[in-house]
Amino acid sequence: MSTTAIAEALQIDQVRADFPLLSREMRGHPLVFLDSAASSQKPRVVLETIDHYYRYQHANVHRGVYTLSQEATEAYETARAKVRRFLNAAHNREIIFVRGATEGINLVSSSFGRKYLKEGDEVLITAMEHHSNIVPWQMACEQSGAVLKVVPVNERGELQMDDFEQLLSERTKIVAVVHVSNTLGTINPVEEIIARAHKLDIPVLVDGSQAAPHLQVDVQALDADFYVFSGHKVFGPTGIGVLYGKEKWLHALPPYQGGGEMIETVTFEKTTYNELPHKFEAGTPNMAGAIGLGAALDYVERLGQAAIGRHEDELLAYATGLLEAIEGLRIIGTAERKASVISFLVEGTHPYDVGTLLDKQGIAVRTGHHCTQPLMDRYGIPGTIRASFALYNDRSDIDRFVAGLERALRMLR
Amino acid sequence: MTINEIQDEIISEFEFFDDWMDKYDYLIELGKNLPLIDEQYKDDDHLIKGCQSRVWLHADLANAHVDFTADSDAVITKGIIALLIRVLSGHTPEEIAHADLYFIDRIGLKEHLSPTRSNGLVSMVKQMKLYGLGLAAKKDA
Ligand SMILES: Cc1ncc(COP(=O)(O)O)c(C=O)c1O
Repeated sequence: MSTTAIAEALQIDQVRADFPLLSREMRGHPLVFLDSAASSQKPRVVLETIDHYYRYQHANVHRGVYTLSQEATEAYETARAKVRRFLNAAHNREIIFVRGATEGINLVSSSFGRKYLKEGDEVLITAMEHHSNIVPWQMACEQSGAVLKVVPVNERGELQMDDFEQLLSERTKIVAVVHVSNTLGTINPVEEIIARAHKLDIPVLVDGSQAAPHLQVDVQALDADFYVFSGHKVFGPTGIGVLYGKEKWLHALPPYQGGGEMIETVTFEKTTYNELPHKFEAGTPNMAGAIGLGAALDYVERLGQAAIGRHEDELLAYATGLLEAIEGLRIIGTAERKASVISFLVEGTHPYDVGTLLDKQGIAVRTGHHCTQPLMDRYGIPGTIRASFALYNDRSDIDRFVAGLERALRMLR
Repeated sequence: MTINEIQDEIISEFEFFDDWMDKYDYLIELGKNLPLIDEQYKDDDHLIKGCQSRVWLHADLANAHVDFTADSDAVITKGIIALLIRVLSGHTPEEIAHADLYFIDRIGLKEHLSPTRSNGLVSMVKQMKLYGLGLAAKKDA
């Protein structure tokens, strides 16, 4: 078990020591990992929990009369309860385990689309969505004849709320919006978006992939109808994620996939479906993933989301200040409210070259369009260099990154 | 010189560099000096799409030998293109089509030719060989 203290401020050296991978060397340098927005590293407690599960607890869940199966079921359902607490959902049955944010969105777009979308209806998304929150809706629209509408983004990378208001209408059947942009770092006013949509009785899905690792999320305070995130971005394992849905919506939606676990009775004439949340969890679930995710969320709560937020805000401000001082550097995404992501371009250089030369110095950043091509088109750029931070990054990471960047730029310009 | 003699020459040139810094400085230099492709060929027909960087490639056949010109929006990609052109340009279509490009690995730049890198280079090499095959076929016809 990690001994990280609960404190006002993060004990950053202890936190870093909790993440074995961070002590790796990369090309002869200590690794500087600045790509947590793509996927985060895992604390030891998550690795140990998964290992322990497979060594001592594993059996298929929900079906066994024997003790081991009951223990596995209990561990799996305890993980669900941890997710409920993490999101402050009202009930455990509102927490559906899925593969990740992408599957959560596909579940909703598919089940909601089949039941509620028809020709002439509209689905409202925004110009800063990840492809995962665009393509599933395009597919649902294609199948139903509904139309996809897009809320534009201003130069700073904020949603144009006037346009949002204008685009909302009785034709709008659902709104899908990213909580925190993975490319710009913008924190969107989802509470306000949800309140305005609800005035017209329109449900809202929030893509919380980038919010879960950085913000305190309260789905009841937000009044979100659906909220999705991926485990691997919140220090949990890959292949597990969460769809939160309000009970009334999860009751209303038809199942997504058919199979075992999701049924009550099956005859060849008719099948009746299991109750929530199992109705949406066809087949043997990813037990180890869910339990590992539970350990990750415990870890985050132990550090404290407020302390994590303060630490990251401070890093973001520090890095932004240093980057702004570099000649010809342009930050893409300068919203009032941002979290843990800096995208930028440097005049006269290509992101691929900068990323390659940073890699040679042991510094991992992401370059490209970050799965947000329409957003890149909005700015008229092919891609950016993106540095993203998590709770285990510190000022020395930023210093090495900035020094590495300056060296790369001297070579390239 | 044959394709392999040029490859060996490049390998021995790169032996002088003891760290990545010098190697990349040299690549960047090569990239900056790469003869630009004739603007008329920098169109979608000549574009090889990579997710990370884009490459334009044009081939000419003169006196039974192929001449390549190319460009990229990323300078390191361009540097590697310059090396590929140095190795393959001026040879017959058959030689190009059958070339075994071992030098990239030997000078430690294999990562740039990995398909996951998505910088257009893998497709570019494929395209160069296809041009070779295509021009060879045309010549035979
Ligand atoms: C904002 C956002 N939405 C959705 C996703 C998709 O997440 P996953 O690939 O884990 O399903 C990502 C991940 O990159 C993301 O950043």
